[in-house]
Amino acid sequence: MLNPGIKFMQGSQALAEAAITAGLRFFAGYPITPASEIAEHLAKELPKVGGIAIQMEDEIASIATIIGASWTGAKVMTATSGPGFSLMQENIGLAFMTETPLVIADMQRAGPSTGQATKCGQGDVMQARWGTHGDYASITLSPNSVQEMFDLTIRAFNLAEKYRTPVILLGDEIIAHMRESIIIPPKNSIEIVNRKKPRPGETMFFGGEEIPPMPSIGEGFNVTVTGSTHDEYGIRITADPVGHRKLVKRLVGKILNNADEIVEVEAYNTENCKIGVVSFGCTSRAVYEAVERANEKGVKTGFIRLKTLWPFPEKQVKVLAQTAKTILVPEMNLRQIFFEVTRVAEGAAKVVPLNKIGGGEMITPEEILAVLLKEGA
Amino acid sequence: MSEEFSLRTYLRDIQPPFCAGCGAFTVMNTFLRAVHEMGHKDLRGFAFCSGIGCSSWIPSPHFKADTIHVTHGRSIPVATGVKLMRPDLNVVVFGGDGDIVGIGLSHLIHAARRNVDITVVMVNNMIYGMTGGQVAPTTPFKLPTTTTPYGNFERALDASKLIASAGACYVARWTTTHVSQLKESFKTAVNTKGFAFIEVISQCPTAFGRRVGFKDAGEMLQWFKANSVTVEEANKLTEEELQNKIVVGEFVKKEAPSLTETVYAVLKEAQKK
Amino acid sequence: MTKHVEIRICGLGGQGVVLAGQILGKAAVFDGLNVVQTQSYGAEARGSAAKSEVILSDTKVGFPMIRHCDVLVAMNQKSLDMYVKDLKDDGILIVDEGLVEKIPSGLKAKTFRVAATKTAENEFKSKLYANMIMLGAMTKISRVVSIGALEKAIAESFPEKVKEVNIEAFRKGLALT
Repeated sequence: MLNPGIKFMQGSQALAEAAITAGLRFFAGYPITPASEIAEHLAKELPKVGGIAIQMEDEIASIATIIGASWTGAKVMTATSGPGFSLMQENIGLAFMTETPLVIADMQRAGPSTGQATKCGQGDVMQARWGTHGDYASITLSPNSVQEMFDLTIRAFNLAEKYRTPVILLGDEIIAHMRESIIIPPKNSIEIVNRKKPRPGETMFFGGEEIPPMPSIGEGFNVTVTGSTHDEYGIRITADPVGHRKLVKRLVGKILNNADEIVEVEAYNTENCKIGVVSFGCTSRAVYEAVERANEKGVKTGFIRLKTLWPFPEKQVKVLAQTAKTILVPEMNLRQIFFEVTRVAEGAAKVVPLNKIGGGEMITPEEILAVLLKEGA
Repeated sequence: MSEEFSLRTYLRDIQPPFCAGCGAFTVMNTFLRAVHEMGHKDLRGFAFCSGIGCSSWIPSPHFKADTIHVTHGRSIPVATGVKLMRPDLNVVVFGGDGDIVGIGLSHLIHAARRNVDITVVMVNNMIYGMTGGQVAPTTPFKLPTTTTPYGNFERALDASKLIASAGACYVARWTTTHVSQLKESFKTAVNTKGFAFIEVISQCPTAFGRRVGFKDAGEMLQWFKANSVTVEEANKLTEEELQNKIVVGEFVKKEAPSLTETVYAVLKEAQKK
Repeated sequence: MTKHVEIRICGLGGQGVVLAGQILGKAAVFDGLNVVQTQSYGAEARGSAAKSEVILSDTKVGFPMIRHCDVLVAMNQKSLDMYVKDLKDDGILIVDEGLVEKIPSGLKAKTFRVAATKTAENEFKSKLYANMIMLGAMTKISRVVSIGALEKAIAESFPEKVKEVNIEAFRKGLALT
């Protein structure tokens, strides 16, 4: 484990180190660019703290294996990129339905399909939200620096443990591969959350309260875990309409009802701007400079940077839509978060997309500035 | 083992969903009898994983034990995760032929290759029973099913042979008529250090028996009995003579370092540094 | 006046340009600067154009890609031709003398020729040391990072066995210019 202090490290390494700090003890993954560095770093470092890192036969096995390991009480993670993330979707639903805490790091590349394997993209935003079938609520975090690869990984584990649910850390090739100076805080200053455990004799592990306690396998609770619709005790109810509604509404509700606590954004000048920018991940790094230069040129500009993508930061974007005349949404895909902003803005502001894909080319500050000046004129 | 065997010791009071005459009853009873004879008063020392299909219901929700019931074909990697973190538990997977060698085949081969110390019990009824009688990788050639109405145009997989060659430490096949042999195999499998695979040829009177023209489960069992040959006998028969025969017995029984042993050796080494 | 320097080191995959960029980045952190380092390879792991980019600043670095290159280090002709486009008119170009023959016509940046690979082969019996020699030359010419910080960064980046010889190569580069 890393000593506190200022370090110069790669995003993937910061993520892996944060995971160990958060208590990761079981990792399973499958090689894929640009996420392999995470597996490689953990393969080296995790055994040193008594944890296991194993390479499975594919991404389906990877997430299945960490689901099993999580039920023994361990903190678990897998790491992948778009194609592997697609393969994991069915078992993300299983983790959601069985309320299994785990972290999935998805380092986005340009898709669909094999696409441009080594080049950055931001096209997995909706896959992170709606990738599995059925009704589902996702917690998805979006780091934009090596520092946040560390900080938000800790947070991802804490949220997974607190809400007993899979959490997606949606990075991208740029942030995963870049090296930056970061500050590793002292261990005792980092908040670590652990799942709530049942008291002896308790039997309700799948209901009775918003987030029920989670026993571990081998503790004598005779826990019945199932991906089928089930009652509070884990017993399958495969046809009863009321039981299904109750379960799925609680699973979705425990995330959406706590959106205020889960959602984090970085906001600047949102109360006093004519134009606002909503961005996330690597693209947001171009926004800082563009907004500064727009303000210098007299166009009152603000921004919201989404550190939490899902649940979508509706309140914050709504406020921006009330003050700003126009909201610009730059993203390295062909419009995904744009539609969410449009939905939340409800016509109160004009929402303008700015999209770029291919070759890993980022949207530049100049490209954003040009739209800001045009819209602000 | 003074106490008398009772299914109630190990089962929840829930009616199993199996059809009348289903082989899953035999597998369930025989397994629990083996557990009893091994001296386990309860299932505390076990963890069970299963996927999708009729036989996946054998452990979950019926066993009074820790059970994980997962997605179609993925019980083996889930069990691998459990075993790696809890090497002290006996981890047992139950699944059908569709689950284990259809959608989940790759995991089965890799589990055998890794020699992860779990037991996989494959209840082979040669058909997709739960979904209504579709062709399986184990369905005999030419047999009509709901998705091969003109007869199965593919050959059946010999799962035990495959897994023997993939590196498993214990491989056995029996039919639901070989109850005592099956029971002994369950004990051997659970005690095997390394990967153990038991294939149980089982009757599905509903989705399979009807198509072949069996009147009921009893007729199927008679057919199993009449067509079973032991490994020893099979060695003396030609390939032609073995057509439509069920070869039963223990195919592999060996020792090799298991995955938990090799993984924990690495952990120990890494922590020294 | 804030300090903001954009440096690009490019060459053939296998020439060690990515490692040179990482070491430069680490050194800048020792000097108390904010640093972002990125890299890209061609499709093949070896033998195609590779580049490593470092942005140093005394304020937070936002956009991580180079747009106005202050210092370009080119270790072969192909990568120079590919990556010279963002070099500022008042920037610095440093090329490996033996491997770069043609400087693009009309280039306004101040150009330095350093016999890095030749020196590595002659004095260290391996062209592998060319990257550290180049780093030395670049440090002397551009003065973007302190010599002490770079030596410390080199020391931390190599195994004990080859640490000293790499520092020696770096010092050789300092002396070449």
